[in-house]
Amino acid sequence: MSTVAPAPLLLSDVELPPVDRAPLRRLRRRRAMLQAACILVTLFMGFPVYLIALAAFSSRQTLNAFPKSLLPTEVSTETISAFLSSTGVLPAFLNSIMIGLATLVLALLIGAPAGYAIARFVFRGRDTYQLAMLLTRALPIVVLAVPLAQLFLTAGLYDTILAVTLVHAALALPTTILITASVFVSVPRDLEEAAQLFGCTRAQAFRRIVVPMALPGIAASAIFTFVLSWNEVLAAAVLTLNNRTLPAQVLTSLSDSPLAFRFAGGFALVLPALLFILLMRRYLLNMWGSTLR
Amino acid sequence: MSTDVGPPPAPVRAEPLRAPRRVPVPLLLLLPSAVFMALLFGWPLLSGIMEAFRGPDGFTTANWERMAGEPRFWEAVRNTLLLTAVVIPIQFTFAVAMALLLQAKPRGAGFYFYVWAVPLAISDLAAGLVWLAIFTDLGYLNSALVDIGIVERGAQWLNYQNPTSLFLTVVVAEVWRATSLVLIIVVAGMQVIPKDYDEAAQVFGATFWKRLWHVTLPLLRPSLQVALILRTILAFEAFAVAQALTGRNFPLLVGETYEWSVNLQNPAVASAVALVVLGMSMVVAVIYLRALRQPDSVRSGR
Amino acid sequence: MSPDRIPAGITRRQALRLGLALGVAGPLTAACGGGFSTSGGGGGSDQLTFMSTQFTPVEEKERFRDILSSAYPSPVNYVTGDGGQLNSQVRSQVGAGKVEIHLIGGLHGDLAPLAAEGQLEDLSGLLSELSSKGYADDFLELAKAGTDKAWYIPWAQATYVVAVNKSALEHLPSGADVQDLTYDQFLAWAQAAKQATGAPQFGLPGGPKGLLHRFLQGYLYPSFTGGQVSAFSGDEAVEMWTYLKELWANCTPASTNFDFMQEPLAAGQVTVAWDHVARLVEAPKDKPDDWVMAPAPKGPKGRGFMAVLLGLAIPKGAPSQDKAKELIKALSESKTQLEVLRQNAFFPTVDADVPTDLPPAVKLEADAVSKQAGSADALVALPPVGLGQRDGEMSKIFKDSFTAIVLQNQDIKATLDAQAKIMQSLLDAAKASCWAPDEGKAGEVCKVG
Repeated sequence: MSTVAPAPLLLSDVELPPVDRAPLRRLRRRRAMLQAACILVTLFMGFPVYLIALAAFSSRQTLNAFPKSLLPTEVSTETISAFLSSTGVLPAFLNSIMIGLATLVLALLIGAPAGYAIARFVFRGRDTYQLAMLLTRALPIVVLAVPLAQLFLTAGLYDTILAVTLVHAALALPTTILITASVFVSVPRDLEEAAQLFGCTRAQAFRRIVVPMALPGIAASAIFTFVLSWNEVLAAAVLTLNNRTLPAQVLTSLSDSPLAFRFAGGFALVLPALLFILLMRRYLLNMWGSTLR
Repeated sequence: MSTDVGPPPAPVRAEPLRAPRRVPVPLLLLLPSAVFMALLFGWPLLSGIMEAFRGPDGFTTANWERMAGEPRFWEAVRNTLLLTAVVIPIQFTFAVAMALLLQAKPRGAGFYFYVWAVPLAISDLAAGLVWLAIFTDLGYLNSALVDIGIVERGAQWLNYQNPTSLFLTVVVAEVWRATSLVLIIVVAGMQVIPKDYDEAAQVFGATFWKRLWHVTLPLLRPSLQVALILRTILAFEAFAVAQALTGRNFPLLVGETYEWSVNLQNPAVASAVALVVLGMSMVVAVIYLRALRQPDSVRSGR
Repeated sequence: MSPDRIPAGITRRQALRLGLALGVAGPLTAACGGGFSTSGGGGGSDQLTFMSTQFTPVEEKERFRDILSSAYPSPVNYVTGDGGQLNSQVRSQVGAGKVEIHLIGGLHGDLAPLAAEGQLEDLSGLLSELSSKGYADDFLELAKAGTDKAWYIPWAQATYVVAVNKSALEHLPSGADVQDLTYDQFLAWAQAAKQATGAPQFGLPGGPKGLLHRFLQGYLYPSFTGGQVSAFSGDEAVEMWTYLKELWANCTPASTNFDFMQEPLAAGQVTVAWDHVARLVEAPKDKPDDWVMAPAPKGPKGRGFMAVLLGLAIPKGAPSQDKAKELIKALSESKTQLEVLRQNAFFPTVDADVPTDLPPAVKLEADAVSKQAGSADALVALPPVGLGQRDGEMSKIFKDSFTAIVLQNQDIKATLDAQAKIMQSLLDAAKASCWAPDEGKAGEVCKVG
């Protein structure tokens, strides 16, 4: 401790103890390591997607070369444009979008209430119900394909968007129910009860209190549902003939196509799903760590 | 707020089902989903299950004998279990680590999260395609190695004579493909955890690992349970990527289902194999539901 | 949560919800209407829908669509799928009694099981109408699928040849003619190439969708033993498998991942490969002068080769069958079939002279194919006839034998004996009599040797 002069104190007169910069250095180092770790993970997760894009925009010759360049040295839109201009790609694209959105809405409408029920209530058969829902997801759909097709044929719904929507919604229902349930569980019950004390009905409390707080879970299941529907190929291929979804139209022909077309097709399939995740992500990261009220 | 309106209304709270006279609310909420699934999948499921027992003269277990008599089937069982047992712990550790990285709010967290979630959008077939392009003899990995100058010709990662390397490539590709699912569920779950618990623990001097183990993970339990169940069920059904990388050298159960159904035109045995997958998934789901059971009086945020 | 703070967030969310609702209400109402047509026919309900497992790659499909529109006046919905999808579609539609596909096209292996299960219409009448086209007897035999009625009309044929990059020719043993090799010379060539370059240069399609089992069934077995089935586990067969093990040792191990050889060939990963003509045709496309196509080698018993047959069939109970038959007739015109050859490298089944104005890659193949079929010691092998639904199981026997003997180094004789038993029970259950090149009495079940 330095001695203090009795005269009016100016900061410049006082001998300050040396600033300990060590914690700051530690913090900076930690932030740097954090960024480094994030970058490493990003490289691992993002690089294959970059490769798909790279290969989709390469000419056939470039794909046959070795060593393959990792940078887009020769950009060629030949395969992508051939792919996009082939018959049926645009209608299939539209079909897939319509089915994806319709599946999303249907699965949430049916699934979110069920998730709420599982989260809030304890009743006999809760486990059985969850297991029964999982059962449909756990059975490989290969086995269900022909009976489903016959079901829709007799119902006169074969080869329609409605048929595919229904099947996709049924496939997405278990995920929706379970994920929304897990998030509803974390929403404090007291808030709902408080809302009801203030005059809301149960439904209103659900809509105004629980849903906004559970938005990350709803967003997560929305993402899964759309992506599942977008990429689903087997049921769509068996249930449709002339009104195909994009995967049904494209994926079966891709496996026999030259490598360049496979990448072009893969890339075209990926883009809309990427866009959807981009849109939904803000709801997923809606609230960074809520606080108790 | 209240003036003179008599006794305050009884607090409405969720309670275990008691009164049989009203239509139970949970039943109302569950009804649409149950009816929907029953109508849509009810008959196909039954039909698919019965298919496994169908023979030329009616009910028979011959298909099951046929299935069990195939050495490839047992290889597929072993491979599926092995792959699942190796991949899932890696994925969960990886996903939780990624979520924690994000929670520390680095700059560009939004961008990072987006890139980490992107593999979810990629279909099985496209994922198999790109990882094959990476690992194949003249592929991107070998190209990079040759460019850097480490090796002259590049290693043969997908050589069937090297089963360990083959298995590892499948593990890497599967970890890449499916971790996003767990990540998104964990992040969604983390959003609703109140920060206060963690901050309180920090105030009391808990180290990072103690906080992680005693505060964060227990609060994440519902999300982890869901992610675990879903991921395991889906892991039992994974095969497109493995098949792209390994050809016929690494049989997997759902791959065998396709083989029986499509190439061998035998839907009955295909159903039998599918039922094995179903059985395994159900057993695992029951175990998870029991082991990670939520206490019945659900957390009320006090 | 005071009421004053809510409006901002909810309004934004409400706006988004409204937008989503509108965005979805439209599609949902359209959903009841069925969707957008993706088959290029315009979607009219009176149009024929033609589903096939062939010409699936994008470019081939477009070219075939052009051929279709010039061959047949009304627009046709051309839909492709793989064998499994075709099977599921036909089965579910015929089973439900509401057939929506008017015409199907596929390999013999796709159509024969359907025929055996009664899912196809009897086309014997149509076949007799078309009898002037000059279909080969073997093909007519196949079209009967083991019964006495014809279930499909032969549409196109293909076979398997060897593609050679000219750079590999320098390792060819002296005195050997690449267009007339023996299997021993082929092996010597593979060994020389491997030694000279330090890495194996040969490749075989051993991937999950690869056709390696056809190499065994239609090429190696007939060439070494004279048959497919009747000498399956004999001494000559053991000799053949020993040969194959040595050949495999000189092929690149990545072969277990190859479905289509044209890509490894184009990339230079292998320089010599055996595969289906349609799976080789892309390789020489850019520089045809760098490539040679050769017939398969010959063995002690002759030059065995297998023909691949594609057929056109009508699902049982399909509507508008007359129109479908018109379409079949249109596709059986020689000029249409020659156009298919020009564009997609599948050879005609009708009697037609191979034209001289073929694209270079196709020309290479056509020459090799005619040399193969026309050589003095040619030994035609057919794919299994009369196995019905069990066709795939026969292929599996060959695939499993390959995996056990060549990949896993198990004892040759023991494996062959075990697989022979399985094959015999398969033939007994299907009551199938022998097919080329095996000779057996009609009506008797083929005996596995």
